[in-house]
Amino acid sequence: MTATATATEAASAPPRHPLPESSPKRRHRRAPAALWVLLVPFLVMFAAFFIAPIVFAIIDSLFAQKSSGLGLGAPTREFVWLENYGTALANPSFLASLGRLVAFSAIEVPLMVVTALGLALLLGAAAARFPRAFRVTYFMPYGVPGVIASLLWGFLYIPATSPVLQLLGALGIDANPLSSDAVLFAIANIALWGFAGYNMLILIAALDSIPSELYEAAKLDGAGEWRMIWSIKLPLIRPSIVLITLFTIIGTLQLFVEPLVLRPLTTAISSDYTPNLAAYNQAFAQGNPNLAAAMAVVVALLAFGFSALFLRIVNRKGNRAW
Amino acid sequence: MVTRTAARTARPATARPGGLAGSILVNAALAAAAVYFLLPIAWVLIAATKSPGDLYSTFGLWFSDSPQAWQNLVDLFTQDGGAFSIWILNSVLYSGVGALVATVIATAAGYAFAKYAFPAKETVFWTILGGVLVPATVIALPLYFLLNSVGLTGSYWSVLLPSMVSPFGVYLARIHANTAVPDEIVEAARIDGAGDLRIFGSIASRMMTPAIVTIFLFQFVTIWNNYLLPLVMLNDPKRFPITLGLTLWNSQTQRDPMFTQLVVTGSAVSVILLVVLMVSLQRFWKADLTAGATKG
Repeated sequence: MTATATATEAASAPPRHPLPESSPKRRHRRAPAALWVLLVPFLVMFAAFFIAPIVFAIIDSLFAQKSSGLGLGAPTREFVWLENYGTALANPSFLASLGRLVAFSAIEVPLMVVTALGLALLLGAAAARFPRAFRVTYFMPYGVPGVIASLLWGFLYIPATSPVLQLLGALGIDANPLSSDAVLFAIANIALWGFAGYNMLILIAALDSIPSELYEAAKLDGAGEWRMIWSIKLPLIRPSIVLITLFTIIGTLQLFVEPLVLRPLTTAISSDYTPNLAAYNQAFAQGNPNLAAAMAVVVALLAFGFSALFLRIVNRKGNRAW
Repeated sequence: MVTRTAARTARPATARPGGLAGSILVNAALAAAAVYFLLPIAWVLIAATKSPGDLYSTFGLWFSDSPQAWQNLVDLFTQDGGAFSIWILNSVLYSGVGALVATVIATAAGYAFAKYAFPAKETVFWTILGGVLVPATVIALPLYFLLNSVGLTGSYWSVLLPSMVSPFGVYLARIHANTAVPDEIVEAARIDGAGDLRIFGSIASRMMTPAIVTIFLFQFVTIWNNYLLPLVMLNDPKRFPITLGLTLWNSQTQRDPMFTQLVVTGSAVSVILLVVLMVSLQRFWKADLTAGATKG
């Protein structure tokens, strides 16, 4: 806050020297050497570690290692058009993993957005006590790596070590979060635990930027807290809700770590449970990097497709109003 | 900024008291959520004090009669020739150096996008932003094969270099430079004879401090939590970060149940490290930067 305050003060302070008339316009005219010094390091790194791998993956996905004749001699690299994509999409277990991923998104995205929104609104309620302490508590899991979160919840999902399952057992409820019916929800819970607080923080910041005059005016008009939430808070933080939904969609499609860590604990998770696990296995266990590249590109296309579809839906004119 | 601060301080006065029942309901919900978020953390801190046998035979949310926290810590730090301390140092190295470089180059680029005009500026910017939408897993696999072809896999660089790119950081820096660094100041400094790089290095970067700290923290946690990249790149346990090291031990629990307690204690220590970092640096987590970015 102090630094921002200084910046604001500095902004309002008059410049020490009066500016010549023409100077403000001239700023954008020249592209000095300094611009390149500022810009090039990032652009080079971005090209090397973002663009290059994507281009490499797309090219690689169009080739295959073919062994000649009787399989003697070194295999040769051949251009096979979209054959790898055909192989991937004709594979029932890869298709199943795509379906599972879509199902996981359908569970996780609404759960995440509603939880983050609920927490942000609860913390903003007039009746909330100790909002700062609660806010840190909810945000804390964001600092716990997904691997460690999965290890911890893994212990809480097996009856031998889980106090929750032991308590439920004592009440006569026999729950098994790692059964094949429940395991997708068990994974969703780990992701929710890790990221709900982070998304909540983005929403709280948006709520804080709503001018207080709006609340005062609404109060004068006799609006209650529900009415304020519905008519002021939700419409005004809509862009932030859209943002966290988008981040969550992208995040869910990357599902990899949680099933990998939970796998030894249950038979409900196969080695190609998600497309990313399948791609990882193809690349490093099955030794077919070309097929792995095709699978990775399919995931990327899915991410872009879902993001585009979502943005299209929320930006449709009829939906702008809520 | 001014209205935002005003809103924050004025809001309690504007909200109405919601009645006793409503108040109890709100606070009960807040407390229930706190229990949920604290449950795994409380469990692991308690479990880290138990003997391997008590881990399975005592109630998870209370201490055993014969706590051995010290013994567990000694085991943790002496197992495999002190591997755990090396993993912590590696994690600090990857996250600290990676986030530092990422912050410097992302801030410089974001400032350049905010304050200069150049050809294809918006196209380049939106391409970078598109990078935020590409799943990290899509990048990690091909990156392995790329770095393998130049012989970098297995080295510290294979994890450090990709961690130095933060497209989201460029986005935050541009947004923040627009609002926090007024054109008049840049212009005045120029008239005083300061070069462009000096203006960025000693004037603009100071005004952008909140954004810089935020970019650093986000990138630090992102690298610290990253699993796939080191998993793909590294094979020598001496270069592992904590996440990879703990899963290495976890994979040996089938063979030797002793490793379970090591994984539990190791998880507890790394959770404590990050929780201390998050809580002590709480005031620097400026999510309102991201919120400001979504306006309009």
